[in-house]
Amino acid sequence: MNLHPTDIGDLTPTDPTRQRGLLARFHLDLPLLLGLLALSSYGLLVLYSASGQDMGQVEHQLMRFGLAFTVMIGIAQVRQEQLMRWSPWLYLVGTLMLVLVLLIGDVGKGAQRWLDLDLIRFQPSEMVKLAVPMTLAWYLTDKPHPPTWQHLLLSALIMMVPVLLIARQPDLGTALLVASAGGFVLFLAGISWRLIFGLLGAAAVATPVLWHFMHDYQKQRILTFLDPEQDPLGAGYHIIQSKIAIGSGGIWGKGWLAGAQSQLDFLPERHTDFIFAVLAEELGLVGVTMLLALYLFVILRGLYIASRAQDTYGRLLGGTLTLVFFVYLSVNIGMVSGLLPVVGVPLPLISYGGTSLVTLMAGFGMLMSIHTHRKLLPR
Amino acid sequence: MRIKDHIREEQNFLGRVIIAALLIMLALLGLSARLVQLQVIEHQHFTTLSKDNRIKLITLAPTRGLIFDRNGVLLAQNRPAYNLELVPEQVKDIDATLERLSHYITLDADDRERFNHLRRHKRRFDSIPIRVNLDIEETARFAVVRHQFPGVEIKAKLLRHYPFAEVTSHLLGYVGRISSRDIKTIDTSNYTGTNHIGKTGIEKSYEATLHGAIGVQQVEVNSSGRVVRILDETPPQPGQDLHLHLDIDLQQIALEALGDHNGAVVAIDPHSGGILALVSKPGYDPNLFVEGISRHAYMTLQTDRYRPLYNRALRGQYPPGSTIKPFIGLAGLEAGVIRYDTSYYCPGSFQLPGHEHKYRDWKKGGHGSMDIDAAITQSCDVYYYKLAFNLGIDTMSDYLGQFGFGRRSGVDMDGESRGILPSRDWKRRTRHQPWHPGETVIAGIGQGYFLTTPLQLAIATAAIANNGHLMTPHVVDYLQNRGNGKRHPILPRETSVPIASQANWDNVRRAMRHVVEGLRGTARRIRTKLYAIAGKTGTAQVFTVSQEDEYNEKNVAHKLRDHALFIGYAPADDPQIAVAVVVENGGHGGATAAPVARKLMDAWLLPRIYGPGSNHGNDDS
Repeated sequence: MNLHPTDIGDLTPTDPTRQRGLLARFHLDLPLLLGLLALSSYGLLVLYSASGQDMGQVEHQLMRFGLAFTVMIGIAQVRQEQLMRWSPWLYLVGTLMLVLVLLIGDVGKGAQRWLDLDLIRFQPSEMVKLAVPMTLAWYLTDKPHPPTWQHLLLSALIMMVPVLLIARQPDLGTALLVASAGGFVLFLAGISWRLIFGLLGAAAVATPVLWHFMHDYQKQRILTFLDPEQDPLGAGYHIIQSKIAIGSGGIWGKGWLAGAQSQLDFLPERHTDFIFAVLAEELGLVGVTMLLALYLFVILRGLYIASRAQDTYGRLLGGTLTLVFFVYLSVNIGMVSGLLPVVGVPLPLISYGGTSLVTLMAGFGMLMSIHTHRKLLPR
Repeated sequence: MRIKDHIREEQNFLGRVIIAALLIMLALLGLSARLVQLQVIEHQHFTTLSKDNRIKLITLAPTRGLIFDRNGVLLAQNRPAYNLELVPEQVKDIDATLERLSHYITLDADDRERFNHLRRHKRRFDSIPIRVNLDIEETARFAVVRHQFPGVEIKAKLLRHYPFAEVTSHLLGYVGRISSRDIKTIDTSNYTGTNHIGKTGIEKSYEATLHGAIGVQQVEVNSSGRVVRILDETPPQPGQDLHLHLDIDLQQIALEALGDHNGAVVAIDPHSGGILALVSKPGYDPNLFVEGISRHAYMTLQTDRYRPLYNRALRGQYPPGSTIKPFIGLAGLEAGVIRYDTSYYCPGSFQLPGHEHKYRDWKKGGHGSMDIDAAITQSCDVYYYKLAFNLGIDTMSDYLGQFGFGRRSGVDMDGESRGILPSRDWKRRTRHQPWHPGETVIAGIGQGYFLTTPLQLAIATAAIANNGHLMTPHVVDYLQNRGNGKRHPILPRETSVPIASQANWDNVRRAMRHVVEGLRGTARRIRTKLYAIAGKTGTAQVFTVSQEDEYNEKNVAHKLRDHALFIGYAPADDPQIAVAVVVENGGHGGATAAPVARKLMDAWLLPRIYGPGSNHGNDDS
């Protein structure tokens, strides 16, 4: 290992265990933890208003946060080497379960996404969201830098198998998220710019082909996005109403619990996917800026942790998890504010709901593990 | 394999992370710019949209499907009407407004009371009728002063109307205003423009078909909320029309045939299970319910001792009495407990071995020696006491269950009763008591716990007529799309009664024919030369006569008098109609119930056998 002296500045206190106390013993990263806690508290505040002041929903969400933070703390205890060893197995199990879902899964809302394991209903695509970046990072960790063609092809294969399985369910949104996670690993692993632009170009060409294979409801979403006024009572209604909510909020907002759009039922899905519109209407541009600032803080901390990681695996995984987090929030905000088509992506840490929350916090647990299990190197 | 250049890799990674961070900031900047655009630059525009939606979406209610009888006679229609309506959310002082309105339009106590009732059960921003069916003069008077009454409007509507009123009341049911309770059962987005929903009868069970799908109109409105112009429109999809098996003439004849009595009549086409007539008397005027019935009128219907709102044909549970005998006879023959020529001696009463209690026959001196044919023809009770005792309650109950007794028939109407088919198991489950042998004996003549609905009797009779094919009864023959005229038939469904021996069917059917044609047949007074009738009379006890007393029709209060029953089908050799009649407190089945069935059979069969317009109605040989 070769580190610059400044790189380990924050790891050379006189007695780490005494000064860092509880946080160090539990392998937690204070800035990241504070950022996440701030975001989830903000989320509960908005949820209270969005749910029509339903304390029951807030308590329910609080319990989910409890579970998700427990998962995060649990994973933070696992050494990075251990995570790396698990990666391919997690991938194998996840992919097998995706196959199982297609064969025997439960159909919910027109798509086969759930696996009923008697005790719990389980969405394997959530597991794969983590397993794909983990496995790609594991695979590339001992390969030459930058990766050769053969390695890139195999990486692409590793990525595409689960992506295609998820797209078959059909769940295009999640498939694209998993694909983007794979893409980020390759991007961070240093593939050439020529290849990056080449792939982007190829994607542009492939779009019409993809359109041909899409389901009607998926096509409808994109058409509605292009011209929401076409169908003002149906699918376009979401976007029109959420734009009205955001726009009428103005700079200072109409005040917490006082959003006319949100409180009078105009806004659909207002406590789940469209909760951002409630926040924007009631707390205004100021509240939105605060939210974006908190997100930016968490992202920058994540990237910092990735750049300080001691090996390829930690770097690639940490960087990718952070970038995926960013994709989540930007896709959601883009969708609610009418920049992107409506896809079912929740606003991380703010939207009501638990499935993706656990995956998200598991990812942050890995980031903490990468950061806090570094070996103390002599100066 | 190349040795990894760790320094170069680390530097490259750092480079990529910095580029990613820059791209993220750029994207966040883009999102912020979008939010500034919405929240600062276009803020005024969205505030306008939010505060007072200039563009309004008006939902267009679909027209409700019509209902026709089998000959295309309109049974339920939509009639235009002008209503004066008020949206409570838009009116500050409602009482004062009503007071001022009464200077221009007559409002009586019933109108006010109905208005107040509807107000309590309405949905948000629903407009509530103050007066229905304004005449032209009233409409004109209000138009002049309209500006003084914000939130009050005259609305042209299509109101449901039932031209045959009482005749079809229990069959069609009625529509009424959507109540807060109905909302829980419907897809509210499809009902935003609709004020009415089927509450009972066919109107309820075919609600989804009759209602249709909502349309949308995009309109520009002025500051006081009135429509200025129409921008865009998606027309609503009208509900489908229903064409019934019902024959409205037959329905009317059935109602009239009951005369002064209350009761129920069900007539079925044995081949399809289609319901030709379904009458429950007394009925009521369903038109009263369409725009909300006043509490006074409703209480009158509710407290009427003959319960006009109660659908006797579907929900009324009567002891089948002797009408059950052909079915038990079939069970006895098929189970091998009796043969066609088995004779029992009837001395006028029956005693269980070792018991004192005498089960009496309706004929005091007894019938003498009886085989199954004579027992059905003369309705001998003692024969059936013995048969039931030898069969045992469980075997009997198994066979009768195959004819549909004791379970819902699956008719396409709401709220039918199950009746009670007693068995050992049934009594243990519901009463937690053991079965007594004496209960088997009286079950043999359709008394005791045994209860059936007139509909159950009709379909079981049709099954005998039909050689054991039990058809699921249904009122609707086909649905028709008003736009393209396409028909969607409701296909008959059937199950088979597992009685294998054709001879058993033939023998019981012959006995039922002797009930009408035999010299001692209990329904011999409805015999005719024009076609052959097969049937069975029944008399159901409303109260029990003690061992010493004798039942004397004249001494018993009218409401405690026996119910008269008749089941039958005709023509006996080629059945085209099966009928079940219950005449409440009518006395003997042969005397009051059978003639009702005869009138229905005449009306249905004579034009079919002798051609339309043939006048054989007076033949009574």
